[in-house]
Amino acid sequence: MISAERLRNRSILEILEDYPFTESFFRNNGIEPGEAGSRPEILSLDWQGFFDTIDDEEREHRALDPEHLLVQLAEFVNQMLEFLDEGQQIHSLTILPGTDKSGSPEGFRELVVRTGDVISIVGPTGSGKSRLLGDIEWVARKDTPTGREILINDDSPDPSWRFSGAKKLVAQLSQNMNFVMDLTVREFVELHAESRMVENRAETVDRIIAEANSLAGEPFEAGTAITSLSGGQSRALMIADTAFLSHSPVILIDEIENAGIDRKRALELLIRQEKIVLMATHDPVLALMGDRRIVIRNGGIARVIETSEEERSILSELEELDRTLLSYRTKLRQGESLLA
Amino acid sequence: MNLVTISGPPSSGKTSVILKTIDSLKQRGLKVGVVKFDCLYTDDDVLYEKAEVPVRKGLSGALCPDHYFVSNVEEVTQWGLTEGLDVLISESAGLCNRCSPYIKDIKAVCVIDNLSGINTPRKIGPMLKSADIVVITKGDIVSQAEREVFASRVNLVNPSAVIININGLTGQGSYELSTLIYDESENIETLVGRKLRFSMPSALCSYCLGETRIGESYQMGNVRKINLENKDTGGAL
Ligand SMILES: Nc1nc2c(ncn2[C@@H]2O[C@H](COP(=O)(O)OP(=O)(O)O)[C@@H](O)[C@H]2O)c(=O)[nH]1
Ligand SMILES: Nc1ncnc2c1ncn2[C@@H]1O[C@H](COP(=O)(O)OP(=O)(O)O)[C@@H](O)[C@H]1O
Ligand SMILES: [Mg+2]
Ligand SMILES: [Mg+2]
Ligand SMILES: [Zn+2]
Ligand SMILES: [Zn+2]
Repeated sequence: MISAERLRNRSILEILEDYPFTESFFRNNGIEPGEAGSRPEILSLDWQGFFDTIDDEEREHRALDPEHLLVQLAEFVNQMLEFLDEGQQIHSLTILPGTDKSGSPEGFRELVVRTGDVISIVGPTGSGKSRLLGDIEWVARKDTPTGREILINDDSPDPSWRFSGAKKLVAQLSQNMNFVMDLTVREFVELHAESRMVENRAETVDRIIAEANSLAGEPFEAGTAITSLSGGQSRALMIADTAFLSHSPVILIDEIENAGIDRKRALELLIRQEKIVLMATHDPVLALMGDRRIVIRNGGIARVIETSEEERSILSELEELDRTLLSYRTKLRQGESLLA
Repeated sequence: MNLVTISGPPSSGKTSVILKTIDSLKQRGLKVGVVKFDCLYTDDDVLYEKAEVPVRKGLSGALCPDHYFVSNVEEVTQWGLTEGLDVLISESAGLCNRCSPYIKDIKAVCVIDNLSGINTPRKIGPMLKSADIVVITKGDIVSQAEREVFASRVNLVNPSAVIININGLTGQGSYELSTLIYDESENIETLVGRKLRFSMPSALCSYCLGETRIGESYQMGNVRKINLENKDTGGAL
């Protein structure tokens, strides 16, 4: 931990050297360290000295409040140091029971999910699937409508999982998500990699684009605009990107059934990256790929079903059907007769 | 009574988020009211009325809505007290990206949406930078990666804020916000003597005062000129 008072006594240059990531902090707060240009000496000034070079009118113009900014800088540096510290590996997530919508206790003692697990969540609309995902995202501490409690690594979690801007427990993927930025695939993945402070950036970016291509039915180029990708290509890119660039150890998937991607491969990719995957789904192929199914009824977890070998044997049948359907889709798309 | 100031660019999802959050507060038996500040027009009051939320609106007309807000916030607080509210929420649309209605020690929430573009956080001034809680909406329609990039940009300009994602349509996340904005031990009776977190610009030029003619001889007061020589600085450093 570094305090604002200790930063106050360092020069801007020293701060930039000690914590290179602060450059983007300065830039985003209206100060371009590079702009000093003809006056590099002002960077050797301490906090007060540096801001004294900006007159009152200019400060007001740029809405700069040096004291507030210093406190924010200290907060930012501490967050980044924690973020860059890989010491916070997550290996399990535990759900402790609460109550269903009628206030009756849920009938399980504890539910532990571990990295590499794939869990599906099933139940009718309005039964409480999203609430369960919400409890996990908010790391519930008996303070949500369900009264559930979530433990991380068998322990009461650090509140920073809730409140930190940089560190989020959960990444989400869902059917209606689109790309909205005006960038090419490569620019986009690079931008994300930059914000995640990935070290071997070029390599990671190439890898993501290649993996996304192998998940998508139809291949795409790195120079394609993300907004012109098809639904399947978008979903494929989102999954590959999340697998490699998201820092969140838990991935929540809300109904990606009709995505037109290789779903099995997508899940395998996420598991390989040591993620915990929870998905709300009614797609039997996806559900059977899960190790367990959580059945939700009336707001509570009613049952947990382990996927049995017998059930799995249905999977290959379903996958066969799936492939047949896909081949018809391809024929349709290519303008062929379905009878051929 | 608790007072919460909620601000954010137009159409960022303020009303949607407030309505969903009020649902959660009501379930705890709390009485909530809203005052909506806007510039020329608003029909948010109709939405609040429909949800049976006591509401008042203030239109600032020719004034900056945030300046208008501060000039009226004490009266509004007294209205909330007479109504017997447990929580009074103010909704105001930040329009100039430079003013901010936040008051020291009064909860300040900024609502911005994922669709507004990744450079928006650095364009919004104190309204975002000095908020206690930043609510990011419309995450349901953008990719996880864009959400992460956007949240990290918000974090760059306001590292100490709690950032929460709320879906204004389904209300996912609004329960969580409701737990952050209500504090049983807080009891506001007046705002007299309190201070703004950030001074508002003294933007008095001749055009503020009704001048319509263009040309240097008509310009008086606080006039700044654009720097066209240097294409990078736009007047910085
Ligand atoms: N898809 C989506 N739309 C939203 C969300 N939040 C708000 N909206 C929509 O955005 C529009 C503007 O929202 P409103 O609450 O009126 O914004 P305000 O002007 O900030 O009060 C409305 O059409 C809302 O339905 C969200 O999280 N997701
Ligand atoms: N255990 C519970 N106790 C109280 N309310 C609950 C509980 N579980 C869910 N709810 C509420 O029920 C509503 C529907 O739940 P939701 O998670 O949206 O359903 P689904 O995603 O399965 O369609 C939500 O308002 C949610 O907060
Ligand atoms: Mg749902
Ligand atoms: Mg509104
Ligand atoms: Zn203003
Ligand atoms: Zn003016």
